[in-house]
Amino acid sequence: MGEMLSVKNINVYYGSIHAIKDVSFHVNEGEIVTLIGANGAGKTTTMHAISGLLKLQSGEIDYCGQTISKMEAHKIIRLGLAQVPEGRRVFSGLTVQQNLQMGAYTRRDGKEAIQNDFDMVFDLLPRLKERRNQPAGTLSGGEQQMLAMGRALMCKPKMLLLDEPSMGLSPLLVKEIFKIIRQVNRNGVTVLLVEQNAKMALEIANRAYVLETGTIKMEGEANELANNIEVRKAYLGCE
Amino acid sequence: MQFLSYLINGISLGSVYALIALGYTMVYGIAKMLNFAHGDVIMIGSYVVFFAFGSAGMNPVLAIVLSMVVCTILGVTVERVAYRPLREAPSLAVLITAIGVSYLLQQVAQLAWTSNPKSFTSVVTGLQPISLFGGQLTISAETVVTIIACIVIMAALIWFVNCTPAGHAMLAVSEDRGAAQLMGVNVNATISLTFAIGSGLAAVAGALLCSSYPTLQPTTGAMPGIKAFVAAVFGGIGSIPGAFLGGILLGVIENLSKAYISTQLSDAIVFLVLVVVLIVKPTGLLGKKVNVKV
Repeated sequence: MGEMLSVKNINVYYGSIHAIKDVSFHVNEGEIVTLIGANGAGKTTTMHAISGLLKLQSGEIDYCGQTISKMEAHKIIRLGLAQVPEGRRVFSGLTVQQNLQMGAYTRRDGKEAIQNDFDMVFDLLPRLKERRNQPAGTLSGGEQQMLAMGRALMCKPKMLLLDEPSMGLSPLLVKEIFKIIRQVNRNGVTVLLVEQNAKMALEIANRAYVLETGTIKMEGEANELANNIEVRKAYLGCE
Repeated sequence: MQFLSYLINGISLGSVYALIALGYTMVYGIAKMLNFAHGDVIMIGSYVVFFAFGSAGMNPVLAIVLSMVVCTILGVTVERVAYRPLREAPSLAVLITAIGVSYLLQQVAQLAWTSNPKSFTSVVTGLQPISLFGGQLTISAETVVTIIACIVIMAALIWFVNCTPAGHAMLAVSEDRGAAQLMGVNVNATISLTFAIGSGLAAVAGALLCSSYPTLQPTTGAMPGIKAFVAAVFGGIGSIPGAFLGGILLGVIENLSKAYISTQLSDAIVFLVLVVVLIVKPTGLLGKKVNVKV
């Protein structure tokens, strides 16, 4: 269980706004690690910095022994590091099937292997199978979230970055999504999960980091943090 | 019979507009910019055909292929040099740059080949006009070739975009550039490909346009360029079938108003129709309403 992803003292600016200040954390192979925090804490910015959509001002990000912080986004995914972006961002004009096909865009290992993964995704997310020929824009929010996750799985990732998968979903659907995340992790995919729903995130994660206004405020085992008084007050709504 | 002849010529002119409009609409859809230099790429392409075929006596098909190669290189180079550095810049900066490139191309053409109009030799050689209804209706070979070329190109393009990985990458970039990058799509390469296709089609459109309307000068591309832009907006900018429909309708409207209303007013009528369409349906005929979800 070596370190798979390590983020070292990164600083990210949005124009003149210093959004991420000296943030460091790591994710070990096989883990579910969660990054919790309020709106505007810098969670999504951190995710975009890892996947290459945003450039770092300073610091370094290593993944599987390779420095990826200067790499372009479309090359980073080829290393098996996939992101499910906030707000799903499925291609609404394309069908479910075509969206999944887009997920496999970087694959060069033959039709058969890709077909196997189609079956795997449809097994995991049977609702998508029913709707495979429907434009993604006509799906419900929960189905779109599943599609976004399925799409990311189609590139055969070693590590999945999940950005607010529970956003805007009913409690029942949130439960279902988290069940799927757990299943994906059991199948051998390391997960970095960004969540506002701290309660659910801490339930399934091994370790957690608390992000506040661009800096890491706390870190530790997920169950420890779930019992921490400060965390309970600020993020779990308990007295 | 007269009406039919006007109609067919209008469809032919509209086919040329459609080919040019494809360049506008694809670049807009994928790079989110209006490439106002597109019309002048047509002009450069026409000069290439003029010299290769008209002066040097090259085979007309080879001359068009050569012109496509030149225009493709030109289009990709312009994107690389002038537009790519402005990828994150406000869209107004890109628009002004595009207008600048348009003037640059026109002025360079003027320096190189003077502003004297050249008389273009039709690339459609050895084909007889088609005579129908006992000679009552004659359709020139140029007209027929233009319409057929447009239909073939259109079909090929729709197949390319909907059935190939590169085409899907284009659709993905046009919908959401960031998400497409997360799928592993190289956005810069996709935009270059779009410019290459648009410019290649512009070369074909230029050769066909100048075969039917055989005066060639450095400003030749400007008016068809603007009209094709209108066609793209008319049909719904960003939509490939929209460019086709908008182009054909525009050509027909222009030709019929020339025939039945007034030659001088035909351009004004074309733009008036655009204004009306935009008031009634602001996204154009086939344009999609963009719902921004938060």
